[in-house]
Amino acid sequence: MSAVLDRPGDHLHDHDHGHPHGWRRWLFATNHKDIGTMYLLFSFTMLMVGGVLALAIRAELFQPGLQFVNPEMFNQFTTMHGLIMVFGAIMPAFVGFANWMIPLQIGAADMAFARMNNLSFWLLIPAALMLVGSFFMPGGAPAAGWTLYAPLTLQMGPSMDSSIFAIHLMGASSIMGSINIIVTVLNMRAPGMTLMKMPLFCWTWLITAYLLIAVMPVLAGAITMTLTDRHFGTSFFNPAGGGDPVMYQHIFWFFGHPEVYIMILPAFGIVSAIVPTFARKRLFGYTSMVYATASIAILSFIVWAHHMFTTGMPVTGQLFFMYATMLIAVPTGVKIFNWVATMWRGSMSFETPMLWAVGFIFVFTIGGFTGLILAMAPIDIQLQDTYYVVAHFHYVLVAGSLFAMFGGVYYWGPKWTGVMYSETRGKIHFWGSLIFFNITFFPMHFLGLAGMPRRYADYPMQFADFNMLVSIGGFGFGFMQVYFFLFVVLPMMRRQGEKAPQNPWEGAEGLEWELPSPAPWHTFESPPKLDASATRVIG
Amino acid sequence: MNTKRTNNMAGQRRPVTASRIARTLLVLGASMATPWALAVNSLPGGPAVNQIDLHPPASAIAADIQWLHVVMMVICVVIFIAVFGVMFYSMLKHRKSLGYKAANFHESVGVEIAWTVVPFIIVIGMGAMATRSVVAMKDTSNADLTIKATGYQWKWGYDYLKGEGEGIKFLSTLDLAQREMSNAGKPQGDNYLLKVDNPLVVPVDRKVRIVTTANDVIHAWMVPALGVKQDAIPGFVRDTWFRADKTGDFYGQCAELCGKEHAYMPIHVKVLSHGDYAKWVEGKLKEAAAAADDPSKQWQLDELVARGEKVYAANCAVCHRPDGKGAGPIKPLDGAAVVLDAEKAKQIAVLLNGQNNGAMPSWKQLSDTELAAVITYTKNHWSNKTGQLVQPSDVVAARK
Repeated sequence: MSAVLDRPGDHLHDHDHGHPHGWRRWLFATNHKDIGTMYLLFSFTMLMVGGVLALAIRAELFQPGLQFVNPEMFNQFTTMHGLIMVFGAIMPAFVGFANWMIPLQIGAADMAFARMNNLSFWLLIPAALMLVGSFFMPGGAPAAGWTLYAPLTLQMGPSMDSSIFAIHLMGASSIMGSINIIVTVLNMRAPGMTLMKMPLFCWTWLITAYLLIAVMPVLAGAITMTLTDRHFGTSFFNPAGGGDPVMYQHIFWFFGHPEVYIMILPAFGIVSAIVPTFARKRLFGYTSMVYATASIAILSFIVWAHHMFTTGMPVTGQLFFMYATMLIAVPTGVKIFNWVATMWRGSMSFETPMLWAVGFIFVFTIGGFTGLILAMAPIDIQLQDTYYVVAHFHYVLVAGSLFAMFGGVYYWGPKWTGVMYSETRGKIHFWGSLIFFNITFFPMHFLGLAGMPRRYADYPMQFADFNMLVSIGGFGFGFMQVYFFLFVVLPMMRRQGEKAPQNPWEGAEGLEWELPSPAPWHTFESPPKLDASATRVIG
Repeated sequence: MNTKRTNNMAGQRRPVTASRIARTLLVLGASMATPWALAVNSLPGGPAVNQIDLHPPASAIAADIQWLHVVMMVICVVIFIAVFGVMFYSMLKHRKSLGYKAANFHESVGVEIAWTVVPFIIVIGMGAMATRSVVAMKDTSNADLTIKATGYQWKWGYDYLKGEGEGIKFLSTLDLAQREMSNAGKPQGDNYLLKVDNPLVVPVDRKVRIVTTANDVIHAWMVPALGVKQDAIPGFVRDTWFRADKTGDFYGQCAELCGKEHAYMPIHVKVLSHGDYAKWVEGKLKEAAAAADDPSKQWQLDELVARGEKVYAANCAVCHRPDGKGAGPIKPLDGAAVVLDAEKAKQIAVLLNGQNNGAMPSWKQLSDTELAAVITYTKNHWSNKTGQLVQPSDVVAARK
């Protein structure tokens, strides 16, 4: 890896010759850029692992009847696909972006706690090995769904325990990463970089980091109680001993709902950086963007039970959670309107990052609307645990988080690697992904309305045609990501391509564009002096 | 191409090859498609072929839900078109390539307040529309008929608790042939995976309260056409209700992940006219009286084995397979030590209490005679020839 990533130009910029080389550079990494790179490569690897599982699911569902796997294996695939994508792919990828970009954007020399940063990355490796390795344990991987509902978790084999430990580790890693981000943002901004001048990506990550610190311990509590129910005779969630399985769901979703915003708020930050650049116009409503992000974060703590309408809540509970959930549409709408207003009467061009950002706004909004429809308790009771829900959350997590991250890779990739990506290849990747994404997930709305339950290894034949279409789309989407790695990421990592200028984007503003491309190993070693808008270094 | 290059050998061969490939593809495609594409029709009360909307409602609640969904769709599509109309207009007109110069504005307090307040009013309006339905769906009072639906891994048990038919109880299991077709990868029939041995029978136009609970893990009882979905939670009871406004068959499936056979525990509700329902109740009660077993009766080996075969097919064959060989983590019964053991209390204890954390569930809900019969059957079938006889009285003793 180091042979690929070592920057030939490093020594030109580096006056510090004491830093480790070879494998030590990565194992003992304390440099935010190296750690950010490792996070991004790790999460892409996990994206591929989770993607292979998704394709195994789609292969089985290509036709009705069981062709490839038995139902038990199928449940293991759906469970591990969810866990790997949430904890292995999306969350670490955003931490990778934060590591790379936050110090560059606020004019800091590095993250506040460089060694903790190293630990928070390297904890992910044993966690991932335990999680993926659970397939090879007796009884196979956990098969209780990524939500790990009790009491089904009590029937799982030893792999359940290793997965619980893996999630503990990933949670610890996330909390350390969050502490690091909060301290960095609050304490290490260059003089003149006031909070309200900070790029929105830093803002969204600051708020996300608080969410993580608030809810990861809640998840840790829930799965620890599951662990003691399994082995130490407690009955927190085990009805046989007087425990309450619904209590598990309350605790899980008290984590789980803020978690979905943890996975989308940084995406909002990336899109808020890309849209103004390619509209060549300042972000509309910066202040309201910050307030909207904070409102979404606060509201996310009082809506969790909308995942549980079918558990049989009292009327007042249903009404409260229905109205509270619908309120989230307001700040989310503000964000969409602000992006559209930023584009309005701009001077737009559509390079690959902008395509991803516009694609994000368009497709994420579809996911937002289905979320609004699902927030209506009566409709939710009809659609809960059907493919409609699967369609909804893939619209916000794939077309939302993942699309924004692809946009981010194309946008900041030249700064990271010093070379430009191929615009043609970027466009092929975008259009291929967008089309296959919709072929995969749009028909799922129909399947859900028609009542096809999720997590089914086999289904009535009336659902066959849409399932076949969905599977074809899924494989297409998978191949587009392999294409992305082979033809966009690898060439950039190998420094193949046109040399990137310091600022490849005509309309880009911000401190990261005040640095040469690729960004040297050490940046802003002494605090830069900033202009009034805190977007330029003036000395 | 071949008309121009008739002298070229490759040119002559190409059309042949091409047509052969085309034919092969056609046959391949047809062979892939025929097993179901030609065979399946819409199932009234269940899914329609390529259905793209909610089921045609068969209750007032389901009709309400459908109406709400239509209204929501209309509002969302209108907003969607408005917002993205503006965005795409801007993307077409405000382009650098068209020489458009960027404007300079970046905030407007009035506009920002407007697009906060207006959506707020819209979502509150949406919530208000749904409130009446939320309240109506939770009102399970004054039911004409109360039925308990118990989720088991992996079947449903129905107990008629109150109202006409009180005292009727039965299990509803997926038809075994469906599971075999699924395993073989050769599905057939319009009611594939939806066919059960005993449907839940209810009268039309009566308020039916369904009380749900579960025996092992969480399941969910859902019938889309009736607008009903309620989790069945072990250790707790929850309820929901429906009033079917037409007779007919309505189908649903378990909607909460409950283990490996999650996809194989459908729900079939048969709605009958009042007269037909009364007849069904009468028949069912008579049948129950006739079938009531005296647990002190002493049985002969062959009649107990014959009875046990039926119990096995209805309850055990799903996991342990009809040939008793088990599958994957499910233990075989054919040649199993606990089955062959001369100490019959061991096998009785397994059936009454379950083992392996419920991977083998408890079967104590079966009658003493059924348990005795199925144990005797397993001890005297396949290669198991123990000659042992377990009488219902043995089970009665073990239950104490």
